[in-house]
Amino acid sequence: MSDQVLNQVLIAIIAVVVAPFIGGFLAGIDRKLTARLQGRYGPPILQPFYDFFKLLGKSKIATSRTQFIWLISYLVFMIACLVFLVLQQDLLLLVFLLGFAGISFVLAGFSTKSPYSHFGANRELLQILSYEPILLLFALAVYAENGSFMISSIMENSTPLLVSLWPVFIAVLVALTIKMRKSPFDISTSHHGHQELVKGIMTEISGPYYALVTLTEWYELVLVLGLIALFWSNPLWVGILIALAAFILELLIDNINARVTGGLMVRICWAAALVLCVLNILYIYFMRGVA
Amino acid sequence: MGIIQKSQIKSPWILHFCNSSCNGCDIEVLACLTPLYDVERFGLVNMGNPKHADVLVVTGPVNYRTARVLKNLYNQIPDPKMVIAVGACASTGGVFHNCYNILGGVDKVIPVDVYVPGCAARPEAIIDGVVLALQKLSKAVGVAK
Ligand code: SF4
Repeated sequence: MSDQVLNQVLIAIIAVVVAPFIGGFLAGIDRKLTARLQGRYGPPILQPFYDFFKLLGKSKIATSRTQFIWLISYLVFMIACLVFLVLQQDLLLLVFLLGFAGISFVLAGFSTKSPYSHFGANRELLQILSYEPILLLFALAVYAENGSFMISSIMENSTPLLVSLWPVFIAVLVALTIKMRKSPFDISTSHHGHQELVKGIMTEISGPYYALVTLTEWYELVLVLGLIALFWSNPLWVGILIALAAFILELLIDNINARVTGGLMVRICWAAALVLCVLNILYIYFMRGVA
Repeated sequence: MGIIQKSQIKSPWILHFCNSSCNGCDIEVLACLTPLYDVERFGLVNMGNPKHADVLVVTGPVNYRTARVLKNLYNQIPDPKMVIAVGACASTGGVFHNCYNILGGVDKVIPVDVYVPGCAARPEAIIDGVVLALQKLSKAVGVAK
């Protein structure tokens, strides 16, 4: 028994240590690929790590004391989500934890006095309003399919989720666009050099605090891609390939789309959530009732 | 040499501020970001926010109104920071030097690290200026070759 516990602790530690490297590397590929798509040469693949360490070395300019606490909780909750994923725990709880991580970031935005930061925080709230129903319905769809919220039950199931839950998969791809802060849904802040509203929610977050947010975003990227990999968990490498394909697809979508307004984003996401996810769940229950 | 110091010269994020230039230099600064010159290959990103910037790129002469803004922007940039004066105007006042509202070059208000000559400064010269600033920064943080 204690052996098992030790094993789980080890897995969790490895995941927490390795995830930022994967996330940073993916971010590097993102920047290189985006540059190539725009006909530029692009920065080196390791550029996100240079940015990260440079930001750590900048002097601290804190505009509010609580901001730091909220950013730390953003990071901690995101790591908790990742640990939940790798230990194959409850999917529903993971979604709630992810929601709280998002709220922490919003509160970090609201904790300063800058109106731009407030604008960004409001828009981040809109984003949470958009993707949270999709992830929640994703968890419910998994329950309808497997009769359990546990991720371990997905791993044990020999038929991949993608077969019966492909509409939910499309909806989760929409959520991925928001989570990766990509066009057309990068309304609260974006990874591109410039945007309107100064830098959205990131306006007052500078130096080492910016590095903290970057680190959290790497964890987030790995987490969301991990969730996508769950759609084909047997064998898992197919799922990972699907997740990477989804990542490349997001980059393509990012570069061929302009940003939409917040209202339109909420409408698109809710349409995806309501139409694709709800119909899918209803269909699963209907088929079970017939059989 | 630490990894932080090494990274500092590989990731200069710039803030572009137009004092009261004729916009000639501004267009050349923005030209550096286009696919032809693509300064992002050196890790340069154009930031719209002084709190995220490392290098302040100033164009045009300082007048009585922009002096305060320039000082404010300079103070909002976290250390370590560099200032590049782009164009004849930003360096000395240029063609505007004896106007009634002009203080002169950027160095009348804030310390300048690198002066880029030209009217308008060519993109190649601006990239040269940024590289020069990075060399200076690497000397300052102790990773000079
Ligand atoms: S140096 Fe020449 S091009 Fe540049 S701002 Fe001055 S007048 Fe305009």
